[in-house]
Amino acid sequence: MKLGFFVYLKIMMTRYFSYFFLLQVLFACGQPDVTISTPNHKSYTIEVIVPDLEIPWGMAFLPDNSLLITEKEGQLIHFQNGQKTIIQNVPNTYVRGQGGLMGIAIHPNYKDNNTIYFTQSTSAHSDESGGNTALYRAVLKDNRLQNVSLLYKAKPNTKKGVHFGSRIVFDNDGYLYFTIGDRGNRDVNPQDLTKDGGKVYRLTDNGKIPTNNPFVDVSNAKTAIYSYGHRNPQGMAKHPVTGEIWTHEHGPRGGDEINIIQAGKNYGWPKITYGKNYTGTVITKNKALPGLEQPLYYWIPSIAPSGMAFVHNSAYADWDGSLVVGSLKFNYLERLTFENNRVVYREKIANEIGRVRDVVLGPNGFLYLAVENKGICKIVPNP
Amino acid sequence: MRFIFLIILLSTSSLAQQSSGDSYMRGQMLYVDFCVRCHLPDGTGETGLIPPLANADFLQDIQATVQSIKYGIHGPITVNGLIYNNTMAPMGLENDEIADVTNYILNSWGNSADVIVTEAYVREIKETK
Repeated sequence: MKLGFFVYLKIMMTRYFSYFFLLQVLFACGQPDVTISTPNHKSYTIEVIVPDLEIPWGMAFLPDNSLLITEKEGQLIHFQNGQKTIIQNVPNTYVRGQGGLMGIAIHPNYKDNNTIYFTQSTSAHSDESGGNTALYRAVLKDNRLQNVSLLYKAKPNTKKGVHFGSRIVFDNDGYLYFTIGDRGNRDVNPQDLTKDGGKVYRLTDNGKIPTNNPFVDVSNAKTAIYSYGHRNPQGMAKHPVTGEIWTHEHGPRGGDEINIIQAGKNYGWPKITYGKNYTGTVITKNKALPGLEQPLYYWIPSIAPSGMAFVHNSAYADWDGSLVVGSLKFNYLERLTFENNRVVYREKIANEIGRVRDVVLGPNGFLYLAVENKGICKIVPNP
Repeated sequence: MRFIFLIILLSTSSLAQQSSGDSYMRGQMLYVDFCVRCHLPDGTGETGLIPPLANADFLQDIQATVQSIKYGIHGPITVNGLIYNNTMAPMGLENDEIADVTNYILNSWGNSADVIVTEAYVREIKETK
């Protein structure tokens, strides 16, 4: 039955491509309305475990359950045994607008090599004024970075204050993915493979270009690019079951998106979008076009998503299988559940907690939120 | 004597108008890049979350306005009788850029100021903790 349907679709595709496309557009525009719920009965409490942080942008737990935290203004903090220690020898951060010290991740074999990765905006490695997003690798020893090496620096520098990306995630094969937003140059960067910005990148753990990256044979292409047509992805996570890399990105006014990242795919910005300009004017009438990926989900209105984690083998009875996403705009953690990769339920967690910048599933299956002007908060289920 | 005085006054005011016009235009571009996401194109903000800039009594204190753009806002402020307790991070703007965006904000959406904020003025504004 199912096979028959796909054969039918295949025939439709080959013989009546335009009809199929119309079907796809109708399907795309027909995202069911899943109004967000605000459960009254709270099954958890919230504990501030690291107080007094300004903009904690990223978090990564070390194997000893201590926590690395990036402060956007440039401090890398190691929180261990109730103490915050500033890690020394972090390269200078170019703090401007949305840019600063951002993503943080540990090497899959951190136990053996003590290697960490981080992204930040920097003005270094270029003569131009301004800055752009860069990926670094370093060895963490005694709260000091050693062997700091620059693995990637987006070009050119620009004084634009927006859309730096930048999350870092490893997949099951040990490849490193990181994101850079369109840097406020939407009509130039995201659709051009020879330019940085508006991309998801993939490198090996030592910063090399994987030989099977999708654009290695495209002349003049930035061969670190894995997917393109992105606006500003500030959330990325590996699916715990499928191993897929999921991202979300800020849309303009409306049209924040969740996407599953596939090699070489074009996610459409700014040729297609479900959002508008901040002034309310139209960016494009197109919500779908051939060859451009549809989001798995889009938010209208925008929630300003930041940080992303899958809930898996967690401490929360009913939450396994969900995705959680921080909302900068509405000051909560959003939990979404799926059936066949379609969102079927959304709810607010930690409502009114503040601007949720990052979320991770930490040791023993607890969720940790990085909240601006507050700190790191642990969600503790009621006994 | 009175005639000469009048000419000087006119020329300074037209010079001032021209330089404030340039500053306003530069400030508009900075506003779109750094401020518009939260404060919105019409400067209305979001009641209870993001303070408005349009017709905001807070802006009558120009020193506090410049200070908040230069160093950010940490802790509660009151705007048009409502308390806002959200952090605004400093945006990393240069002093001349802060002057430009302040001039734009002070003269948009029905706001109007009778002074022009200069780079030198911004440079002198210190952080108060």
